[in-house]
Amino acid sequence: MFAASQSDPNSGWEAKAVEFFKDHLKEKDAPTSVPSLNDVPLHYLKPNSLVKFRCLIQDMFDPEFYMGVYETVDPATKAKVLRCGKYKDVTECGVSRVDFNSRNTVTAERQTFYCVPIPGENPWVKEISSLSRVVPSTSYAPTRQKRSYEEDDEMDDMDTQPQKQREPHPGMTQNVGHGNGDCKRQETEAPSSQTASTSHLDLNFPLPGEKGPSCLVKVYENWDNFKLNDTLEVYGILSVSPALSALADEKDASSSIMDPTESMETAEEQRVHCPPASLVPRLHMLHARPVSHNNPLLPSATLEDNSAFLSSTLSEMASVRAELLTYFTHILLGDALAAEYLILHLISNVYSRRDVLPLGKFTLNLSGCPTASYTERLYQIIQQLVPSSYYLGMSLQNMNQMRLVPKKDYVANRLASGVLQLARHTSLFLDEIQLEQGQLDTTGVRNVTALGNLITWQKVDYDFNYHQMEFPCNINVLIVSEGRSLLPSDCQIHLQSQVTPANMEEYLSSIHMHTQTSSQLNKFRIYLSVARLLDYNISDEMTKSVEDDFVDMRKDDPQSVSAEDLHRMLVVARLLSLSLGQTSLSRDSWLRAKHIDMLRRSRMEQHKCVNGNEP
Amino acid sequence: MSSPTSTPGGCKRGRNTNPATPSSEGPTSPPSQRRRGQDSSTGDLMPMPTSPATDILSPAAPQDTSLFSSPRPSVQPNEVDMSSPLMYGTPSSRVEGTPRSGVRGTPARQRPDLGSVRKAPQVDLHSEPPSTDGAVASESNAGQRLVIWGTDVNVATCKEKFQRFLQRFIDPTSNEDENAGLDLNEPLYMQKLEEVVYLSVLNSAVVILLYIFCKIFFPQEVIPTFDMAVNELFFERFPDSILEFQIQVRPYNALKTRNMRSLNPEDIDQLITISGMVIRTSQLIPEMQEAFFQCQVCAYSTRVEVDRGRIAEPAVCRHCNTTHSLALVHNRSVFSDKQMVKIQESPEDMPAGQTPHTTIVYAHNDLVDKVQPGDRINITGIYRAVPMRVSPIQSNVKSVYKTHIDAIHFRKTDEKRLHGVDDDADQKLFTEDRVQTLKELAAKPDVYERLSSALAPSIYEHEDIKKGILLQLFGGSRKDFTQTGRGNFRAEVNILLCGDPGTSKSQLLQYVFNLVPRGQYTSGKGSSAVGLTAYVMKDPETRQLVLQTGALVLSDNGICCIDEFDKMSDSTRSVLHEVMEQQTLSIAKAGIICQLNARTAVLAAANPIESQWNPKKTTIENIQLPHTLLSRFDLIFLMLDPQDEAYDRRLAHHLVSLYYQSEEQMEEEFLDMAVLRDYIAYARTYINPRLSEEASQALIEAYVDMRKIGSGRGMVSAYPRQLESLIRLAEAHAKVRFSEKVETIDVEEAKRLHREALKQSATDPRTGFVDIAILTTGMSATARKRKEEAAQALKKLIQAKGKTPAMKYHQLLDDLRGQSETAITKELFDEALRALADEDYLTVTGKTVRLLA
Repeated sequence: MFAASQSDPNSGWEAKAVEFFKDHLKEKDAPTSVPSLNDVPLHYLKPNSLVKFRCLIQDMFDPEFYMGVYETVDPATKAKVLRCGKYKDVTECGVSRVDFNSRNTVTAERQTFYCVPIPGENPWVKEISSLSRVVPSTSYAPTRQKRSYEEDDEMDDMDTQPQKQREPHPGMTQNVGHGNGDCKRQETEAPSSQTASTSHLDLNFPLPGEKGPSCLVKVYENWDNFKLNDTLEVYGILSVSPALSALADEKDASSSIMDPTESMETAEEQRVHCPPASLVPRLHMLHARPVSHNNPLLPSATLEDNSAFLSSTLSEMASVRAELLTYFTHILLGDALAAEYLILHLISNVYSRRDVLPLGKFTLNLSGCPTASYTERLYQIIQQLVPSSYYLGMSLQNMNQMRLVPKKDYVANRLASGVLQLARHTSLFLDEIQLEQGQLDTTGVRNVTALGNLITWQKVDYDFNYHQMEFPCNINVLIVSEGRSLLPSDCQIHLQSQVTPANMEEYLSSIHMHTQTSSQLNKFRIYLSVARLLDYNISDEMTKSVEDDFVDMRKDDPQSVSAEDLHRMLVVARLLSLSLGQTSLSRDSWLRAKHIDMLRRSRMEQHKCVNGNEP
Repeated sequence: MSSPTSTPGGCKRGRNTNPATPSSEGPTSPPSQRRRGQDSSTGDLMPMPTSPATDILSPAAPQDTSLFSSPRPSVQPNEVDMSSPLMYGTPSSRVEGTPRSGVRGTPARQRPDLGSVRKAPQVDLHSEPPSTDGAVASESNAGQRLVIWGTDVNVATCKEKFQRFLQRFIDPTSNEDENAGLDLNEPLYMQKLEEVVYLSVLNSAVVILLYIFCKIFFPQEVIPTFDMAVNELFFERFPDSILEFQIQVRPYNALKTRNMRSLNPEDIDQLITISGMVIRTSQLIPEMQEAFFQCQVCAYSTRVEVDRGRIAEPAVCRHCNTTHSLALVHNRSVFSDKQMVKIQESPEDMPAGQTPHTTIVYAHNDLVDKVQPGDRINITGIYRAVPMRVSPIQSNVKSVYKTHIDAIHFRKTDEKRLHGVDDDADQKLFTEDRVQTLKELAAKPDVYERLSSALAPSIYEHEDIKKGILLQLFGGSRKDFTQTGRGNFRAEVNILLCGDPGTSKSQLLQYVFNLVPRGQYTSGKGSSAVGLTAYVMKDPETRQLVLQTGALVLSDNGICCIDEFDKMSDSTRSVLHEVMEQQTLSIAKAGIICQLNARTAVLAAANPIESQWNPKKTTIENIQLPHTLLSRFDLIFLMLDPQDEAYDRRLAHHLVSLYYQSEEQMEEEFLDMAVLRDYIAYARTYINPRLSEEASQALIEAYVDMRKIGSGRGMVSAYPRQLESLIRLAEAHAKVRFSEKVETIDVEEAKRLHREALKQSATDPRTGFVDIAILTTGMSATARKRKEEAAQALKKLIQAKGKTPAMKYHQLLDDLRGQSETAITKELFDEALRALADEDYLTVTGKTVRLLA
């Protein structure tokens, strides 16, 4: 492979190298043997090794041109050496210098993405995935040591074997071998939180209080296939060359005299686009796998490829559902209907869009929640069950001050993130009980509008100052409120407490105590993730009977059922079938969907009568 | 350019080369250049010829083979390898004393936009033999065979051809506004040169704008050659004139207008034209062009040209031989203006789900401050890439280049946005194929139905509403009566949708908003009058007051979708009065008084006040909007549940299939959204139908008919506003057919649609007749009649009672009810009382009624 590249830089060794990695990563355990940037602190990872990173594309920078192939000249011997610049940030010359005028220079293009860890990823996800991580433990040290000697040898050989591509090579050793890290350093240094030093640099996480490494991912091919807010698992070569940080530091001192053009980038822009590599490492992408879910309990391959797993979960589906229903009923103060709707909500998913209409979304408004502390507990329980979620207390202060919608910052030339820049399938928990009377200012109104748009159209209009750009999203929004929410929702259900107010305090505290065993929790977690990923269809006969049903219902009382209601019932029926592990609509599910919708509506009527005032 | 008059805008329209002119061979690509392309197969790919950032780095070592296309005289003679082609005298000697082929007294104006390479052709001007590479080296003595270094572009041929082009070129497609006062049959550029003679008295610099047809290879070298050619030609013809600066050639509209996203390494050092939006401009940066040094010992002065941002300070004074005695004198050095402009991809060019790219542009000299943030521009320039250095000390280089564009020409695309008429005409260009498909589509007899069904396919039925919206998208023809003092007539069709909640009104609005390029979507609840119109803001950087435009102004020439129209506050709604009829927006705020154009079509949706449409009430009563506003809508549609079984069945089928059909199946059934968008854009730009004789007759008849309907029952059923609506709708329908003439069928459809809308919205629920008065006065004629009758009955009742100056309100109502044979509601009674109070017959105070007489 490398011999070929020696003779002709365009011989396609690059494609072969990428192919090689892809093949290896397909093997069963290969992906798990690659250390993950998510779990392993950066200073444990060896530069120029293969790592993986589970992330969300937060921003896309401009494409950059780099020296694909360049020639260096040793000033002493005048020996010319061809080198490859792919998967690297800095040229390698040692004592020699880059010959800019060489006719062999090839300029190539690559794209940079700014990636952050998946926002709102819950602690249990991190915990479980780090259990299976490759820990650079001492038991691996001997093999690693050996390899490092080999590498050293190679380094010595560099001058004589100039074309040797260093970057894929150490990567490969990592691939067959294990995670690494400088052994000596590892033993002497205590694992310190690397985020401690990041305070002065805004890493632009969508959610406040997030931690973790962000990363500049360099993409070499097909970058048009990636979209903003995609979640990916990137396999690539880690680059933390200190020269990159030096670039940022020395810039101020030297560049203004050296070249006026360079100083014209603002300091902010400089800081954002070239942050110190120790904080924001560079990752040169070899391969990226779209992440369809970030539940570490599920196999990472798609469900179709893993039929054994699928069939075993499907068979258990109904029983797990029953258990989950009991659990939720207990939590929702003994309200079984609300519990049923909560399950449906948690497995909802925008599976398609027609024109502007998102299909499959199911925003639930849980009204009649007793106190603020209750909603917080409810969130904690949901947090235990879904891979990623975020709690947004809709207090006046939050609404007026928080940045929900991402906004382009033209000074720093980046997309300043906002809370609504979330990965798909994230559960957004809106706590309206926190909202008190008062005045919403301009930001507040804009934020409420953004939330409304998110719920109705499943899209967020990012603010680009001169214009807005629409980004579709797929976020499950759950609104808890006292009365009907001021935000739109697909479905509202009023909580009917079976608990007497006198016992409320006691009951609430018992909810908290009542924690499930971890195996039980894991079952629920798998259940919710799988149900969401299942395929679904409606047979022709069912279509017919649904149509008939609709016509009949309208015949009796045209006011009672509208097109809107049919929309909702179709979604409820779909989710109901999926929650039972059925991939097509059955007569029973349809009747059940109709039934629970009826129950819910009658409860709403009742509630209206009690309150006497129309919403 | 100090003044715009000096720009004899040599813009020619015309997208294809004219065979009659030498343009195909002339100015652009001398054949010799192609040869070079063959010589070195990687020639065009040769990256970074321009600028290694430092001199120190680039070794003086063997370079003979390098194809470095920008010969750069090394400034330190002792370092120069004498065999290197870089040796042609010192740089300073060239700028000052070079006799430029007859250009007497006209100093060469440096062109920073072309970068340091501006020297290249000058090399050839020297009669000293430049050593050139390979093939031509042996002949280089001939003097005639001067080539641009590093290429085999023959300067003489190139110049000659360009001059021939200038002398012969007659613009075949010239339009008169741009070249006013020029004879179209004479060679265009020669006339421009004549203009120059006169203008030169006034201006400091002259620029010829050149609309180019072909790709220019090696723009850095060829454009200066053009400059020389023009200047030579000029002084040949006008030997007596003296120009302060030389004439510059500014080519624009490089062959392919590119999208920023499609720029790739192959474009480096090529002339490109890209479009984008300005997002930032920097302060003005003075860039040193020539440094002035003075010897501290003997006051001997010398000039050193700046080369790529570096000044080579002379180490030894040539006069007194003192070392390191020269000091830089700033205020005697020559500086040029430079500005950094950042442009961003326009939102239309972007693929969905990605963020826009940005590019840095450097503007030089007179292009500085020509553009402001927010402007949409087309920019022609040379794409550059410069390597980034890690530090001056380290030899490691970051293997990334910085890219920017050196601007040669800006063209604002929305220049006339606020005051012109159809400015999009030459912006959106369709390919021949596309036009052909559109025309084929237009020729189909059922194009109208096809298009309307393609509109929001996910929304079920409501055929007429979709047709109405389709006509709104096309709009009427614009008529200008400003000369006769009547101002502009509205060409936009306004539509109001009202109906039960959940009848997908919002969805329809969203669809339209997504379809049209200049659409705005607001919700009545969330928008204030300020958000709709414009507000004044202080720019944080410049501290200037800036007028920020709101939704209505932004959707000028587009559609403004307003949801929840009924929830809008009265003050906000009042803004719409002016916009919806006069199509302008007057602002008087913070010392800024202006009138902005807001030629926007309004598509509004309103919910009935009782959340459910009450069929027993009129439209006005249902939505509680002022009738002054309602009458400004051309079409008012009701979106109601028809409540019949067949409809239900079809609806159910539609919805269920929506949920299980795959994407592809849906696509097949309907026209692509992109086709529809192009179709509309094409029709809006190119089709401007006029009324034909029969059509006007048909319109008159239709109007008279409409008036007649009502006159039988003593009420007016049509007003001139309705006639105007009819005309607009008929015009829009003609546009759908791509017809330049409004014919009877258009009028028929307009009538039908208008009638349908009226039938829905202006039917008097009590009588079942269509009554336009409901919309124009807010009350149906029958209702008014009943009110009068009630008032008369009440008066009679009171008179019958005799002398009772004060009466109880409730008793009076009961009495009236007992007497009257029709039902008297409380509202009716109140109105009757009010009518009598207006007559000064009685007054109502609290619960008592007093007679005044």
